[in-house]
Amino acid sequence: MTEQPMVRFENVSKRYGALTVLDELNLEIARGEKVSVIGPSGSGKTTVLRMLMTLETINDGVIWVEGEPLTHMKKNGKLVPADLAHIRRIRAKIGMVFQSFNLFPHMTAMANCIEAPMTVLGMKRTEAEARAAELLDLVGLSQKKDHYPSQLSGGQQQRVAIARALAMRPKIMLFDEVTSALDPELVGEVLQVIRQIGREHDLTMLMVTHQMGFAKEFSDRVCFFYQGKICEQGPPGELFGAPKNERTRQFLHAVLEAG
Amino acid sequence: MGIGTLVAMLAAALAVIGVLATQQAYSLFLPGLLQGAVLTIEIAILGSLLAVIMGVLAALARLYGPAPLRWLATVYVEIFRGTSALVQLFWLFFVLPQFGVTLNAFLVAVVALGLNVGAYGSEVVRGAILSVARGQWEACTALNMSRAQMLRRVILPQAVVAMIPPWGNLFIELLKSTSLVSLITLADLAFKAQQMNQNTFKTIPIFTLVLLMYLVMSLVLTIGMRLLERRASAGLARGKAA
Amino acid sequence: MIWDWSFTLEILPVLAHAAIVSVEATLIGFVLAATLGLVLAVVRIAVPWTGWTISVLVELIRSTPLLIQIFFIYFVFPKFGLVLDAFTAGVLAIGIHYAAYCSEVYRAGFDNIHRGQWEASIALNLSAWTTFRDIIIPQAIPPIVPALGNYLVALFKETPLLSAIAVMELMQTAKIIGSDTFRYTEPITLVGLFFLAMSLVSAALIRALERLLNRRTMR
Repeated sequence: MTEQPMVRFENVSKRYGALTVLDELNLEIARGEKVSVIGPSGSGKTTVLRMLMTLETINDGVIWVEGEPLTHMKKNGKLVPADLAHIRRIRAKIGMVFQSFNLFPHMTAMANCIEAPMTVLGMKRTEAEARAAELLDLVGLSQKKDHYPSQLSGGQQQRVAIARALAMRPKIMLFDEVTSALDPELVGEVLQVIRQIGREHDLTMLMVTHQMGFAKEFSDRVCFFYQGKICEQGPPGELFGAPKNERTRQFLHAVLEAG
Repeated sequence: MGIGTLVAMLAAALAVIGVLATQQAYSLFLPGLLQGAVLTIEIAILGSLLAVIMGVLAALARLYGPAPLRWLATVYVEIFRGTSALVQLFWLFFVLPQFGVTLNAFLVAVVALGLNVGAYGSEVVRGAILSVARGQWEACTALNMSRAQMLRRVILPQAVVAMIPPWGNLFIELLKSTSLVSLITLADLAFKAQQMNQNTFKTIPIFTLVLLMYLVMSLVLTIGMRLLERRASAGLARGKAA
Repeated sequence: MIWDWSFTLEILPVLAHAAIVSVEATLIGFVLAATLGLVLAVVRIAVPWTGWTISVLVELIRSTPLLIQIFFIYFVFPKFGLVLDAFTAGVLAIGIHYAAYCSEVYRAGFDNIHRGQWEASIALNLSAWTTFRDIIIPQAIPPIVPALGNYLVALFKETPLLSAIAVMELMQTAKIIGSDTFRYTEPITLVGLFFLAMSLVSAALIRALERLLNRRTMR
């Protein structure tokens, strides 16, 4: 028996009125796999992450996490839309880092990292703080644990956001254009942290990125989205080295030209 | 809340009144209450008129008047915003006669409510005038207009659009405040309700009808102000395009 | 003589005592308004289908006079077996009336919270209750404190309406003094001055609070 994929999108569609953002997406991600999603804006790539995080509802299809449906649940052998308790149980396996950080501005870096472990996982404060201290150390911010987000640079805020997501011990980490809102000189420190947790943690990672160099060096697979479909996917060497599809070629050409 | 919902609420309120009017337990009170409502509307209209006049005068005095006038306007606004409408009503009704000025109850009602709401209105007018872009003033100066010309021809027409929604709220407040005049013996809607209640103890039909009648008046006023707002801002937009 | 100082001194203690009732009514009414308003605003977000119902309810309450609502609770509720004394009925009416206004203030506060805060809460799997308690409310409330403060002052200035159902607050007491002594000038003027003083002081406090909050958000 082959191992269950960590994540499976099965014929998933997303529409806003007449506009189809994702058209019957089929995508499997293996345990521990690092997948980068690239594509022009409006291609539906961010929507993939947002659906998996249940920030968007889906119109058709099923999303599976470790063999269990996320968006649905089994009732009398049939799949029915999931209730909140089911969604929250499956969602616990997923963490997300946002383009705009979305740190809680009224909480220190430490408080940001212990809020969910204490209220959702029911950890004791001492335990949660010990774990958060470890993670803040991992992202290189143990000195800044009592600072508020507004006292931190964009790169530092994003590293706190990564620590906050990791504190929930997710199996899957989603990164949604996490360096796009950063000044260029701060991009490196964030990518360095992602590289490191990719090495040290047994995490499945799905990231939307504009950093082609990072996607090429870091990921096991790259998916190129175009108009709500996966236009081309493959190992980074192939996709960047010898793209088969004309659209991929045009996109890469345009991006590398600009970069 | 959208204008469609407001119209639907108005239709529903009128429909409920219509249905209740077919019941004898309710229809009995309708003529008397309607009589009271007429007085309520009269006071509301005259009070609103006075409020607008006072609001504009006090705002202009505070913005452009000479020092004594500015000071007077400030005192007026602070006193009428700082004490409550009922206190003002009672003061004019009970205390003013001791200074030799006796107004009849109707006049007291109009003056008290008009001055009260006018004080709040002056803040609205002032805010709207100050919010007109500085470039407009500078353009007027460059055209060598007098201050009165600037205000009348350029500034006020623009400020008026911004004033409509807050004035709408103030008119609603004034309409609701007219119920206070029942406490100085005027036979308005609230007074009639109290009187009928004391005579018949038919509390439920009386107060249900009264609430519905105030609701209808408020909704008509709200919808009217919304339409006015829509027309005025459409006019300004057309002016911008031209 | 138009103003009698010895009479003034005589009635001051009586009015001061009544002022306590007015302040009590204000505080209890406002706690009710602030709490109920918050509940309305939260329910509206947490249970989306209630949105329309709550809008209509708020519009109904704001479209009808407080005085009639006071009468309604005082006279109509007993017909349904709920007999309330005048103070309780009046304070309940004031609380409900201002809850409608406060709920709109809270709503504006919630609307100003960036969508990312809700999304981060979902991504961290926080429950709806925790999200409101720890994330949304602590951010939404401070900016609207001045607006709530203004409603507190407005509510205070409406407590004289309780005199219509004979609650012995300031206005009622002044009226009784007036009808007993045939001197209205001093009691009613004193009541006015009391409200004026309280309003000016509160306005200054609210402005100071606003400055403080502005400084804090600059951090």
